[in-house]
Amino acid sequence: MKKTILLGALTVAGLAATAASASTLDDVRARGKLNCGVTTGLAGFAAPDANGVWQGFDVDMCRAVAAAVFGDPMAVEFVPTTGQTRFTALASGEVDMLARNTTWTFSRDVDLKFEFAGTNYYDGQGFMVPKALGVTSAKDLDGATVCIQTGTTTELNLADFFRANNISYEPVPIETNAEGLQQYGAGACDAYTTDASGLAASRATFENPGDHIVLPEIISKEPLAPLVRHGDNQWGDVVRWTLNAMITAEELGVTSANVRELAAAAGDNPEVNRLLGTEGELGAMLGLSADWAVNAIAAGGNYGESFERNIGSSTPIGLARGLNALWTNGGLLYSPPFR
Amino acid sequence: MTISVDTPKETFRLSQLLYDTRYRSLTIQVIAFILLMLSLSWLVSNTVQNLQDLGKDFNFGFLSQPAGYDINQRIIDYTSQSSHGRAAMVGILNTLLVAFLGCTVATVIGVLVGVLRLSKNWVVSRLMAVYVEGFRNVPLLLWIIMIFAIMSEAMPQPRDFREGGTASMLLGDSMAITNRGIFIPKPIWHDGSTILGAVFLLSLVGIWAFRRYAHKRQEQTGDILPVLWVSLGLFFVPTILFYFLLGRPVTLEYPELGGFNFQGGIQVRNSLIALWFALSLYTGAFIAEIVRSGILAVSKGQTEAAFALGLRPNRTMNLVILPQAMRVIIPPLISQYLNLTKNSSLAIAVGYMDVRATLGGITINQTGRELEGMLLLGLFYLTASLVISSVMNVYNNRMKLKER
Ligand SMILES: N[C@@H](CCC(=O)N[C@@H](CS)C(=O)NCC(=O)O)C(=O)O
Repeated sequence: MKKTILLGALTVAGLAATAASASTLDDVRARGKLNCGVTTGLAGFAAPDANGVWQGFDVDMCRAVAAAVFGDPMAVEFVPTTGQTRFTALASGEVDMLARNTTWTFSRDVDLKFEFAGTNYYDGQGFMVPKALGVTSAKDLDGATVCIQTGTTTELNLADFFRANNISYEPVPIETNAEGLQQYGAGACDAYTTDASGLAASRATFENPGDHIVLPEIISKEPLAPLVRHGDNQWGDVVRWTLNAMITAEELGVTSANVRELAAAAGDNPEVNRLLGTEGELGAMLGLSADWAVNAIAAGGNYGESFERNIGSSTPIGLARGLNALWTNGGLLYSPPFR
Repeated sequence: MTISVDTPKETFRLSQLLYDTRYRSLTIQVIAFILLMLSLSWLVSNTVQNLQDLGKDFNFGFLSQPAGYDINQRIIDYTSQSSHGRAAMVGILNTLLVAFLGCTVATVIGVLVGVLRLSKNWVVSRLMAVYVEGFRNVPLLLWIIMIFAIMSEAMPQPRDFREGGTASMLLGDSMAITNRGIFIPKPIWHDGSTILGAVFLLSLVGIWAFRRYAHKRQEQTGDILPVLWVSLGLFFVPTILFYFLLGRPVTLEYPELGGFNFQGGIQVRNSLIALWFALSLYTGAFIAEIVRSGILAVSKGQTEAAFALGLRPNRTMNLVILPQAMRVIIPPLISQYLNLTKNSSLAIAVGYMDVRATLGGITINQTGRELEGMLLLGLFYLTASLVISSVMNVYNNRMKLKER
């Protein structure tokens, strides 16, 4: 009998030890691919194209991290998550990181125990209505039926906004952007509200985008950021500095076109050299190869390239850089230095 | 006096635990128990360990924090400033509402269809068979989504009800079917409505007492009183009389088009309609089969005997067949009610704000309390199921064959 109990105790201890996981970077390496949580589909940010290959601004973030780790931007398994499932997916280890229009808030950071790796899109919540409704301000929406995605900051902001302005509304909760657009398209709600970037992206997919307007009010701050679990600082650093590398690359004029060339030999800009690993040991400090940033930048280009290609003014979504311009151009993007 | 003590002394050897049938089953049970306990303790310690690794604790304090989100269908007062606990309560009531409405309609449909399927009329019985096979062989989720899609895609928008629009209200402008749900009049209770309610309750008691009296009298004297007519009279006459005597204490508030939407009245939302009807039609198909099997389980001799006594077919059904069929019907019917209640959590497909959506959805998402939330949710469904089945069991015991 004693033996059984002893054996049992040992098994329990052993299993418990495996349950407490090793470092995420090691896990990802051992698996050979990155599990990246994205949206269920939001044009320009994350959606599969006609060939089933995921494309978009957030997808580029995942690909850059995969490239930094493996040198291969395609070594990513994309896991579609809804507003409600995303945090459980991350906390439970189903995904290694989220790049999913997720707002960095105090409670998500502190209470839900996530680590945000820096803002990759400065956004705010807006409203979209059919032009025919004749509404020109969000304050005119008294009594309106509003579609919202549940499990988001959107629904909290919406409740606050209507309460603060002392007007009423009827919320229609939905799970995904696609469902929301279907309800909105059928006229089952008068207005659709989500992050302004999401509204622009959704509006671009309409048959007649001109029939819908985005109201002028922006009712919240939504710094959208990639995030990882608390408690694994090395992995948090990998994601944070991959994002910083993309931003710094834009600032230093390193693009997907010239990055290989610049990385071939040390040039005369020391920060470019450190970024691209021709000088110093930054890659090794992260636990990655020396050319990690080269691979990350080559994957989807620097921040500006990725922005323009996916959501910028030349795309149907047509978002201006605005707050998301580099600090040198009057925006908020400001990466800490690579040294 | 010495009697030879030659009986071999029982010596216990370890191998007996395995080979001796007297001990074997005990051994197996002990081992199984230990294994069970080990896996349970592993589960618990693993959970504790993982929570610790994530830096999370286990506590229910979040239930008293403000929820911050709005809920469209509220049976009790609730604002975004109310607590997560209250939001869970709103969700629980919404779950119970759809479960109650669903069970009621499913039973009505089930009994009707079950009886009609046995009809001698070929067309009627075939039609009922088509209904049963159609509904129970297609996943419930599809029915929910289909009804929801029909409501939101095919029904007119509120603005179509404006002057010169294409849609108009029904039943003397008291009801509107829109793509946001059905708007119906809402009763407004004024002074004196409590008296009216009391009168109505009293007439229900009256009906019950009269039925008992009629039953007794029939047993003693054989006279049959006109139970149906008296019951109907008791049901309507006093209440209507008092309604006018008290100066119409209950009025109806009609829905009216105003601003973006209909105002006033009661809005039966698309999500509720879709869930309610899909659950009723789907479960109704199963109940129909249960009712049919219950009726068929009563041997034909019973019918023949009743006919031989001169009972007419519907009296045979009511007095002879159904009371016996009920004994077969009720136990599986309980399972159907439990299924319906738990299936109501498919509300997720249409955004009906049930307890899964409030406590098990938004609250968990905003507070990160997955474990606590899911445990509470499981506890709620468990309690609800146990209450339903114990109430139904009381009924079952009353209907059971009483051997005298
Ligand atoms: N930023 C908000 C809202 C995020 C959100 O719901 N974004 C929408 C559109 S901007 C989305 O990603 N939808 C894609 C999907 O349905 O999966 C949050 O983090 O709570």
